[in-house]
Amino acid sequence: MSVVLELDDVTKRYDAEPPVTALAGVSFSVREGELVAIVGPSGSGKSTLLHLMGTLDLPSSGTVRITGLDVASLSDRELSGLRASRIGFVFQQFFLAEHATVLENVADGLLYSGAEASVRRARAAEALGRVGLAQRAGFRPTQLSGGERQRVAIARALVGEPAIVLADEPTGNLDSATGIAIVALLEALHEAGVTIVVITHDRDLAARLPRRVEMLDGRIVADTGLAPHPEVV
Amino acid sequence: MSERAALAPGRLRVTDLARVASIGVRTRRLRAALSALGIAIGVAAIVAVLGLSASSQAGLLGEIDRLGTNLLTVTTGQTLFGQTAELPLASPAMIGRIGSVTQVADTGSTNASVYRSPLIPSAETGALAVQAATLGLLPVVGASVLHGAYLNGATATDPVAVLGAVAAQRLGIDRVYPGERVWLGGQWFYVSGILSSAVLAPDVDDSVLVGFAAAARYLGFDGRPTTIYVRSQTASVAAVQRVLAATANPEAPNEVDVSQPSDVLTARADAQGALNGLFLGLGAVSLLVGAVGVANIMLISVLERRSEIGLRRALGATRGHIRMQFLSEAVMLALLGGAAGVALGVLATAIYASTKGWATVIPTIAWTGGIGAALAIGALAGLLPAIRAARLSPTEALRTL
Repeated sequence: MSVVLELDDVTKRYDAEPPVTALAGVSFSVREGELVAIVGPSGSGKSTLLHLMGTLDLPSSGTVRITGLDVASLSDRELSGLRASRIGFVFQQFFLAEHATVLENVADGLLYSGAEASVRRARAAEALGRVGLAQRAGFRPTQLSGGERQRVAIARALVGEPAIVLADEPTGNLDSATGIAIVALLEALHEAGVTIVVITHDRDLAARLPRRVEMLDGRIVADTGLAPHPEVV
Repeated sequence: MSERAALAPGRLRVTDLARVASIGVRTRRLRAALSALGIAIGVAAIVAVLGLSASSQAGLLGEIDRLGTNLLTVTTGQTLFGQTAELPLASPAMIGRIGSVTQVADTGSTNASVYRSPLIPSAETGALAVQAATLGLLPVVGASVLHGAYLNGATATDPVAVLGAVAAQRLGIDRVYPGERVWLGGQWFYVSGILSSAVLAPDVDDSVLVGFAAAARYLGFDGRPTTIYVRSQTASVAAVQRVLAATANPEAPNEVDVSQPSDVLTARADAQGALNGLFLGLGAVSLLVGAVGVANIMLISVLERRSEIGLRRALGATRGHIRMQFLSEAVMLALLGGAAGVALGVLATAIYASTKGWATVIPTIAWTGGIGAALAIGALAGLLPAIRAARLSPTEALRTL
């Protein structure tokens, strides 16, 4: 199975007094179809890792490859295009537009892909179906529960059929029962073949996922490695 | 390389750009309205100033049209030696025999002064002239009687006077009572009427008119006309104008001044526009203040919407997309202000023009200029906020406070 995401000896330093090393020589890769938890306490470098994996930031040294493309060789415009077509983001705070409907929020996941408005809406409706919110298409985010809002955000991440979905503390703003439902949704998507990386500080949540990468002080301290694909089991 | 070519970011369609750019306006209506107010006021001022000036010009030209452009005046000029020339006694009659002349009337200046009463010091003439006038004067100059009656065959021989509009005002007479009189040339003259303003013959306005016969009898007037008013067929005004001097005074045509009063008024209408510079300047200042307001609001908006900017970058927006979004939002704000300003300016013009009885005229340059200025101001005011928004790094934008 092909490698979707590859980090090779990635270091990230921030110029401050004294300089802060957020990541120190991190190497790991994510294969197509994997569901990976990156777990660690706050300050362990998970957020920095997410930004580098999502091409929102560039490493100080080392290489980041997304679908085989070296991020350092791409221009800012090309990185934007890469995010538009190959990476889906899910954030802890959902970041939904309250003045727009659920369908419009999901369709905006394709806004910068160059797709026609009608195509965007059709694919948004389809993505809403995948997260079980087809009935809520005309609602506004303010009319939804927290769990439903996060499902909308997940649908927005899925709508572009990205090579990888990066979820940053997707259950951080939800109660535990709702959080478990979101994890179950991520598992269901994983079984349907979506590649997902979940960043979390929640060990219990991480324990439910097939592969865990543990971080501490900017380094990977444990990696359960490539789990057997569910179908293989 | 083909892998990289596939990464070219999509362009936002115009409808998408409009939707994205209007988020700020749609979600924060009051703030948008207030920030566009400065531009609205500036544009309204400019449109109203230009509109009012055009409407008043149109009103004046309409008035001129109504009064007719076929009035010519013949006045005494100067002799070669710089003295005031005289017109022959027979001038009006000779002019009346020109083929296409339809009406002739004339006035002759007397040296008399007019006062409200004999108690007024003789130096206080009020700059009023006493003129002998023919009975057919009113229709020729386009004036009418406001109060009382004009001179007639009987009163023209008696000490009876008719007051021009300005003369009546200066003498403090606004109505004609039986027995109303003025102290004219050292004796009482009864006032028989007050005239309306003669737009084409302002000389009549500040004159007190008496009959030719009365002037000769009581004021020692020699009977020579000093101003001859001539109406001709409209088609042949130019032809009449050419022969008028020679007809009025065949011996010395160069001592005769011929003019067309409507020309003077038209020139005055054109000159009115020059007075508007000050108001246009005030409008421009208001536009400048409005621009600062829009720039200010947009800068705040960029700070407030950091997470939206971060999300959009994560969804694949380029710096250009973000820049365009905020620039368009500023332009949209300014355009809304501009459109409101044009509407306000037109409304103000229409209301004022209707009270004056003018047609409402909004010059194309006024509203296109107003909208254009708003557009340029929006682009200028949005530039800095848009550049700031685009420079924000995605991680900085996504950092929660």
